[in-house]
This record gives sequence, C-alpha cells and structure tokens, in this order.
Amino acid sequence: MDGFFCIDKLNNLIGVLLISGCIAWHTWQAHRGRRSFIRSLPALSAIEDAVGRAVEMGRPVLYIPGIADIDDAQTLASVSVLERVAEDVAAYDMPLLVPNCCSMVMSMTQEVVRSAYAKAGHPESFQSDYVRYLCDEQFGFAAGASGIMMRERPAAIFYIGNFLGEALILAENGNASGAVQVAGTATVSQLPFFVASCDYTLIGEELYAASAYLSQDPMQIGSLKGQDMVKAVIMVIIVVGTILYSLGFTWIKDLLAA
Amino acid sequence: MKREVPLLITFIAGGVMIIQFYTSPLSWLGDLFNDFFNIIVTCAYVLGAASLLIANGRKIQRQAPGWGYNAVLLLSLLATLVCGFCIFPQGGGEAALPTDAGTPFAWIFQYIYTPMSAATYSLLAFYIASASYRAFRARSLEATILLTTAFMVMLFRIPLGEYLWEQLPVLHRFPIGDFIETWIMGSFNTAGQRAIMLGASVGLISVSLKILLGIERSYLGSAE
Repeated sequence: MDGFFCIDKLNNLIGVLLISGCIAWHTWQAHRGRRSFIRSLPALSAIEDAVGRAVEMGRPVLYIPGIADIDDAQTLASVSVLERVAEDVAAYDMPLLVPNCCSMVMSMTQEVVRSAYAKAGHPESFQSDYVRYLCDEQFGFAAGASGIMMRERPAAIFYIGNFLGEALILAENGNASGAVQVAGTATVSQLPFFVASCDYTLIGEELYAASAYLSQDPMQIGSLKGQDMVKAVIMVIIVVGTILYSLGFTWIKDLLAA
Repeated sequence: MKREVPLLITFIAGGVMIIQFYTSPLSWLGDLFNDFFNIIVTCAYVLGAASLLIANGRKIQRQAPGWGYNAVLLLSLLATLVCGFCIFPQGGGEAALPTDAGTPFAWIFQYIYTPMSAATYSLLAFYIASASYRAFRARSLEATILLTTAFMVMLFRIPLGEYLWEQLPVLHRFPIGDFIETWIMGSFNTAGQRAIMLGASVGLISVSLKILLGIERSYLGSAE
C-alpha cells in the first residue's frame, strides 16, 4: 500500500480497466448500430419447449435460482433467465414455482414473477406461495425443493444460479420425477453433476450470456463480442507466457502476479 | 421513478465498492456498505419467515394433503425461535446468550440440525452412483473415453488399485499414480476447469458492468 492508492493493486486495476474498456467499447459500437452474431445456446432454446411440455401435461414449472444471496452475480444472471421463463409460463397462465434459499432473493424473484403475470394479462393468476422461501441452509433447502418435485411433479425444472453440494441431490430428484431439466451454473465443481443429470446445461460464461441471448438486445450482444475479444487476448497471453516462461523469462508471470 | 431510483442506488453503491477496493483510506466505505447490506438482509429474514408462515399456514387451514408435515415445520420453527430468543442458560451471568453451549437451542443444533444435515449430505453417495451410471454408459466415443478415464482415476487413486497395478508383470514399472496425478488431474482436468473459470470471470465482469451502467435491468422486474 502506498498513500491514497493501493499500489500493489495497480496491475489488477489496469486489467479490470482494459477488460471493462473493451466490453464497453463493443457495447457502444452495438448502440451505434453495429450488429453481431450470437451462436445458438441449446439450453436456452430449450426453455420454450420445456414450458410447452408443461402446458401440454398441465403441470407446473419449477425454477430454482441457486442458493447464493443477491450479492452473487450468478443469482443476478439467474434472475434474467427467470424473467424470460416467467413470461413464457405466464403467457399460458400456468403455475411457476420458485423456491428460494435466501429471503432477499425471494423478494426479488417475487417481483419478477408477479410482473411477468401482470405483463401477460393474468395478474390474478399469480399466487404468493408460487414464490416462497424454504430455508437458508443448503441441505434443508435441497430437502424442501426435492419434496416440491415429488409432490407437485413439475414437467420442467430449471436450476440456474450458484449451486454447491446440494446440486446433485436436486438434479437426481428432478430426474427421478421425470421432468425436463435445464441447468446453468458457473460453479465449476458442480458442472459435471448437472451435465450428468440434466437434459441441457449452461456452462460457465454461458450463464452470464443468457440475458443477452434471451433479450436479443443489441447492446447486450455487443458486450458478448467484447468478452470474446478479451478471451482471445487472454489466450494469446497464456500461450506467449507459457513459451517465455519455459525459456526462462518470467516477466509476464511477475506482471500478472497479485 | 420506480426504476430510476434503484438504478441510481446500484450505480452509486457499485461505484463506491470499486473505489474503496483500490484506495486504502476509503476502505471504511466498503465496511459501511457491507453493514447496510447485512442490515437489509436481516430485515429480509422477516419476509422469509412471513412467507413460510403464509405458505404453510394456508395448507394447514385447508387441511391439504400432507398438512401434518406443514404443521411439524411451523412447530419446529416456533420452538427454535422460542429457544433461541427466550431460554437463557442458568447461572451464565449477564453475558450469557440463549445460543450458548448447554442451552436448548444448542441442543437442537447439535442433536437435531447437525445429524439431519449430515444425513441429507450422505445421500450424495447414492446420487453420485446413479448419476455416474448414466454418464459413463459407453454410447459414443466421447462417453467411452470418459468411462475409461473415470475408471482409471477411481481405481488407481485407492490402495487396492495400486496393489493390483503392482502385480502386473511389466506394466508395474510405469508409475500409474503419477500419471493420474500429473497428467489426468493436473493437466487435462485443471486446464479444462481453468478455461471455464476464466470465461466465467470475464462474463462476471461484463455482467457487473452492465448492471452498473443500467443496461441489465432484469432484477428490477418488468417495466409494466
């Protein structure tokens, strides 16, 4: 630390500014009318089919926004997907069940789902116990959500957000209930479980791209292009850094070290 | 105003958190905003409890199928609340709390909550087996490679696997344990995981930026 500014975080700040600058520049370009291509994400394309299945079977849709609180970016990304799922479900006047692990998240998801029913012209169809709080403890929550799966027999289940050890308990119970399952998380340790148990899985960054994909908002899609440019630069740094380090030059490693 | 005010609060709070991270004299602002967050979260617990009471109370009132379970849940909730707020340890002095060791609350935590959590966690062993069975079926080339790799990792990371390998005539000279640790776990597995983590980190920065700038507004609900 040196005076007012933490000098030991200078490399961190420069990195964040460069990444943010690149993303912001591409977002601005999109705002000016430059269009970008976005590849298909099967997990998000499956939302409509999953909701359609629920309508045909006359069963509810279950959406679990993870077990993290509102300060986790995965939860916020999950709410973007919830908004779209809720709009689709509300359009058919079907029940959408959203059990929550955190009461703050519950108040947010309640607002999103209520708004979706109102937007679809069915405000009276929204019932307050569609969006409910279960338990702050992860395994208590898993037991409660699994109970809902077995009792209500939803036709489609979405697990989008931050999940930990309870991920497999939820996904296997959902599988046993016979529902179509769509998962999405950036928690690397839980991804294999979702891939094994669910029909579709959003992997890592795809979760954060979901909002852009679903909204088709040019500015959000532009930000994805910025992310891709940043990743390309990171890949070059990794390759060049590996070669230089193998030759005995350590300055890239020193530069990036915290 | 319903949307503009939350957007402004988000921008200011996000901006302050970024600035305090890079400036040592302003780090108290981060603590202050974290305190705000904790206060709001604590207030939100009341909403959570109300949601539980309403959802379960309605089922009990209607005598919906399985309403007995809802009654057990509400009774447990109320009993834990009473123990946690009202029953102080005997002879513990002024500083004693209802959550101290030896109180009914501590008893509930130690002998009811902890074993039940452990029981639910232990179910994972069976779920891992059923999920692995589906994932490792050799239906395609990729699934066969996955099956073979998983079999090697599972077998040769336990003493029995090492023992069996040592019995093989020529192959035992090849250090299978090192191969698993260095190559499969240390190289392929770690490289894959880090690739996902790097992508997710860039996505995280992008989402944060979009929320700060008000481009991403889903968390506010629909505009209508």
